Amino acid sequence: MAVLLIAEHNNKELRPFTLNAATAASQIDSDVHAVIIGQNSEEAAKQLSELPVVKKVLSVEGAHYENFTAENFTPVIVKLAENYSHIVCSANTFGKNLMPRIAAHLDTSQVSDIIKVISPDTFLRPIYAGNAFATIKSNDAKKCVTIRPTSFDPCETTGGSAPIEKVDASEEFSNTQFIKREEIKSDRPELGTARIVVSGGRGMQSGDNFKLITEIADKLGAAIGASRAAVDAGYISNDHQVGQTGKVVVPDLYIAVGISGAIQHLAGMKESKVIVAINKDGEAPIFSVADYGLEADLFEALPQFMEELNKLNTIQK
Amino acid sequence: MKILVAVKRVIDYNVQIRVKEDGTGVVTDNVKMSTNPPDDNAIEEAVKIKEAGKATEVVAVTVGEEKAQETVRKALAVGADRGIHVKVDGILEPLAVSKILQKIVDKEKPDLVFMGKQAIDDDCNQTGQMLSALLNWPQATFASKIDVKENKLEVTREIDEGLETIEINVPAIVTCDLRLNEPRYASLPNIMKAKKKPIEEIAASDLGVDVSPRLEQLKVEEPPKRKAGIKVANVAELVQKLKNEAKVI
Repeated sequence: MAVLLIAEHNNKELRPFTLNAATAASQIDSDVHAVIIGQNSEEAAKQLSELPVVKKVLSVEGAHYENFTAENFTPVIVKLAENYSHIVCSANTFGKNLMPRIAAHLDTSQVSDIIKVISPDTFLRPIYAGNAFATIKSNDAKKCVTIRPTSFDPCETTGGSAPIEKVDASEEFSNTQFIKREEIKSDRPELGTARIVVSGGRGMQSGDNFKLITEIADKLGAAIGASRAAVDAGYISNDHQVGQTGKVVVPDLYIAVGISGAIQHLAGMKESKVIVAINKDGEAPIFSVADYGLEADLFEALPQFMEELNKLNTIQK
Repeated sequence: MKILVAVKRVIDYNVQIRVKEDGTGVVTDNVKMSTNPPDDNAIEEAVKIKEAGKATEVVAVTVGEEKAQETVRKALAVGADRGIHVKVDGILEPLAVSKILQKIVDKEKPDLVFMGKQAIDDDCNQTGQMLSALLNWPQATFASKIDVKENKLEVTREIDEGLETIEINVPAIVTCDLRLNEPRYASLPNIMKAKKKPIEEIAASDLGVDVSPRLEQLKVEEPPKRKAGIKVANVAELVQKLKNEAKVI
């Protein structure tokens, strides 16, 4: 049986992690169908049909799907699941919220946040904030799997021409009502997919001081991250948090500034290709994962860093 | 309004995890155990709602081995009124836990069920959503703010894009994020008082729930180690290394 991929989108276009989830789905079985549930999401459905790994698109439209409420999405997917061996989506807040609700209805034990497909029933996933890796075999007839997007490359986005089939909407779940979403708009790259991330921790001492980080991020075309301590202290909003309960990032370059390196933070960034740590405490655990450590006062180091960047003739973007 | 709060006993978040040499799991012998951190936020929120006069009773429940009862006792010490310990040994998957909690909900008939959004041992992030599916109740996951209104809650959720606010009718499930509140510490008098609060013990086998695992944990291993890095002397050297050695800027 084929694999059913749940597409994440904003009713206009696919959200980027759908592409990573599509890659993971195609590693489970080459026959990948994708379901897209939304309101006026035709354009996103078309994008989905153009992914070469997707063989068929199932489109479900309804006003009550506009805000992606798990309680509304679940009945449609549970019904479709009859025809599939696996249900797959990203392990971001969209998939984390949705998939267990589906799995419980299907009476299947979900495998969360996989980082590798070993075989169609066996997966590798981090546990204990990435301090151990577990190889898990699922013995359920239907498997619900969420994938860690940064562990799979995004699939190709052009060249496919999957047929788009309409599927009937399910009834509305009226006990949950969407009120509002406060999205932080930014011209910078998304934290989850950025090539470079510059992150600040408690050492920044104030929200104002984050402008030292912003400057450098702008210069490098980087996203801005933060430790939980910095978010808790109110220096920066929650959508910047990197770590076990925040976002997991795997950029080419991760620059940790004034971050001590709690286990929970390391869980979100230690797979980055190159890690830089700037911290005045030479014993800080962040240095144990850093390729380049600079023991220095960040309030002196960051302006110097900016100066040095300004001296460079070219900067990769 | 009555609030049921589910708590889990896990390895303390400050403990450095060690993988067993035989690959069967992680070392738990003689390791400090604590309440799963966001479960502390769940208890705190329930107690605060009661203190604000909007709830009449807070019941803490845990599912697990003999020693899991410590987490219920701790919940009682910070303000829960009574406890339930569903006793069961061995590995429990979130699906099994949610089926057990469903039975407890049938029995206790709470208006709200709170729990942490994720346990920091298996990092599954499933139980709350599964319980709400089994009960067909609304779910508010990753809550960072809860306003109790008449027969409904307004909940702010932490999502990847920022914040989302939803309104859910009770009965409902809320899974709590770490920023929901600042959990209090138990005072010594309250720890003493908690010893007198009742904890009902229930054998999972009496609930008629199949808790047998569906997943096989074939192996647990250490993640690949990063190679040791270097310390640079100054910013100029750092930028030069990034440009010419790592070639990332």
